[in-house]
Amino acid sequence: MRQPALDRRAILLLASGIAGAGTAAEAAPAATPPAAETPPAGYIFLQPSEALFVEALAMHMVPADDLSPDGVALGIPVFIDRALAGSWGKGDRLYMQGPWRSGSPNQGYQLPLTPSELYRVGIAQSNAYCQATYGKTFDRLPAAEREGFLVALSQGRLALPGGLPARPFFDVLYQTVMEGMFADPIYGGNRDKAAWRMIGFPGVMANNAQNIALYNDGRRFTAEPVGIADMS
Amino acid sequence: MARTLPPVDIVIVGMGWTGGIMARELGPTGQKIVVLERGGPRSTGENFSVPMIRDELRYAQRTDLMMDTAKDTVTIRNTPAETALPMRRLGSFLPGEGVGGAGAHWNGATWRWADNDLKIRSMYEQRYGAGFIPKDMPLRDWGVSYADLEPYYDRFEYDAGVSGKAGNIKGRKQAGGNPFEGPRKRDYPLPPLTENYASKLFRTATQGLGLHPFARPAANASKPYVNPDGMQLGQCQYCGFCERFGCESNAKGSPHTTVIPVALKNPNVELRTWSWVQKVMLDSTGKRAVGVAYVNVQTGEELEQPADLVILCAYALSNVHLMLLSGIGAPYDPATGQGVVGSHYAYQGSASQQMFFEGRNFNPFIATGSMGAIVDDYHANWDFDRGPQGYIGGSTISVSGSNGRPIGYRPTPAGTPAWGAEWKRATAKWYQSALSVSALGGVMPHRQNFLDLDPTYRNRFGQPLLRMTFDFKDNDLKQNRHAAELCAQIGRAMNPTHANPAFYPRTWSVVPYQSTHNTGGAIMGAEPGASAVNTWLQSWDVTNVFVVGASAFPHNSAYNPTGPVAALAYRTGEAIRERYLKRPGLLS
Repeated sequence: MRQPALDRRAILLLASGIAGAGTAAEAAPAATPPAAETPPAGYIFLQPSEALFVEALAMHMVPADDLSPDGVALGIPVFIDRALAGSWGKGDRLYMQGPWRSGSPNQGYQLPLTPSELYRVGIAQSNAYCQATYGKTFDRLPAAEREGFLVALSQGRLALPGGLPARPFFDVLYQTVMEGMFADPIYGGNRDKAAWRMIGFPGVMANNAQNIALYNDGRRFTAEPVGIADMS
Repeated sequence: MARTLPPVDIVIVGMGWTGGIMARELGPTGQKIVVLERGGPRSTGENFSVPMIRDELRYAQRTDLMMDTAKDTVTIRNTPAETALPMRRLGSFLPGEGVGGAGAHWNGATWRWADNDLKIRSMYEQRYGAGFIPKDMPLRDWGVSYADLEPYYDRFEYDAGVSGKAGNIKGRKQAGGNPFEGPRKRDYPLPPLTENYASKLFRTATQGLGLHPFARPAANASKPYVNPDGMQLGQCQYCGFCERFGCESNAKGSPHTTVIPVALKNPNVELRTWSWVQKVMLDSTGKRAVGVAYVNVQTGEELEQPADLVILCAYALSNVHLMLLSGIGAPYDPATGQGVVGSHYAYQGSASQQMFFEGRNFNPFIATGSMGAIVDDYHANWDFDRGPQGYIGGSTISVSGSNGRPIGYRPTPAGTPAWGAEWKRATAKWYQSALSVSALGGVMPHRQNFLDLDPTYRNRFGQPLLRMTFDFKDNDLKQNRHAAELCAQIGRAMNPTHANPAFYPRTWSVVPYQSTHNTGGAIMGAEPGASAVNTWLQSWDVTNVFVVGASAFPHNSAYNPTGPVAALAYRTGEAIRERYLKRPGLLS
């Protein structure tokens, strides 16, 4: 069993010059990862503390089991990093004119933040909250406390320091974790189409004019999944 | 200072289904026609090729083919007491943009709205008495009958390549079709789509309940097809990337593969893309349009295009927006009930029953946009007595399953966590074995549901955004609650392993996708004063402006709107060609 959250934390903090002696010692086992591991991809947008948060989030929401590798091995943080660095993260298709009012839940997203700004602000405030509440940043919390924090965030039950409303931040986290898990691997997540394999989604190669009649009796259609890169 | 272009005879605003149909119908007149489309060009080869088009993230999540809300959007609120705020990103509905409009990425459900909709006020008054209609519901007859529209429904079904089975040919009931439809003169041009397992279960269950299931009519070609204009459609591949996507096989009846190229064969028809119309220009009397003002959004240049006749064929909401920005017709005032432009805005109701069938596989990715069995026993069936239910309208109920794309489609039983090991197990276990029965319902007009101009927020050109005030009202909630009960009843008859609680929305939120069937705001009718356009979709106030689209619907129904949108467009095109151009003025 690997311990990627701790390993990655140490590596990132070492690389960023933040780590002290203690974390360097923790990092030692990760210095020589098994050959089969996918090498960690570099980040374009995520800063070191943000990368730790996102990796911990991906590990927590998508743990490894017999159904799939864990969220980091699936590439979910890479997907999120690229999404935030790209046009969507920078507010493409988002109406960004004020005045800004919070409105009712029925009126939808009303913050003056692009998705990448929302991520940046939200992670900083979440880590400040976790530090104040549990004495540790989110990525260093044990699973039960991570779970408690995420549940409270998802229900809008906690007040982040700095005043960011919890729900919109949770919504963007959850949306991007799910997108990173299930989007086409061309975006950096869903590595090796493992999430598609997990559920039996055959991907983008779909000429089913015959299959529609062949599989109309409750039998399961199975096929090796195909992504955009496989057809290009 | 805007540059004035040489005059033309006709300007058409928007190049989706209605603009394409209008250009197709008017092209042969030889009139100089310019079509202004605010989005870009689209072709199957460049825009919809495989594998690029099979990208759920880009097209379904990020809505790549739809209206860009950074540039133009609407403001929204549930009641006039609230401050409307901008719809900052798309959610509840997805207007199209670019050549083909929403017709490039619709699902293809094609219905013939019949007299129970077109004569709704008369029929309810006659059967239930005028007192059955709530005082705050300005229900209106449309001023046309099913018999008036039948030839134009037929025209669209054959141009778009609709797959289906007639239920009533010239008054004779046909086995396997919708027994409640109006009489048609001939069958659909293509046989129904192939039935899948989910539809088989639904058909068996609903027949057992004494209902009348049939295959939903679909502009998804069940076989290769050549339409009357010689345009070729390929066979549907059930690829599961239909709604929100363009079709690489040209199997989805779409304007960019049918009416638009036919129209553009006429040398007198010119399409200008990236041309964003800001308003219709009126003369000093305000009673006559003299052209349109638009911006070339590639250069930023402001242009004026003089024309004798202006036909608004934008999305329903944009049609109303342009009328309000231009001063065509009297704006609706909800406080007094005076004015018509912006009134009768409606949406659609819904309900659903999510179920799980252990050990049975529905292969949800083998799918197309409009396939599936459906029952019309609670909508077009006039024998369905609304009296005990106490509502006007009804619902169509079908087995859903237009796709199994995994970012958007991962049903789990109620109570399953949203992440973690247990979520993974449930997602893997039920992805193949989940099914829902869902209802689509009408929305009746209400005095407090309307469109007007927002006092605060602006689009990219500094023009006021359209403001939408809408919520489901008592009549809609009664209907949708009943629909949820019916979905649950049908669901039980399908004998699932688990069923989630049946659901219907208690209030309208802009966040989750519901339906791109926004209607009303420039309604048609037989009388001026009570409608914005006549039954030829001609403005009562500015008679050289026609306003074509679902903006003309006086209420919304339990059917998808494209059938009557297209039929009314063909009918208006014929009226302009055969009568208006020969003798301009108010058509009667």
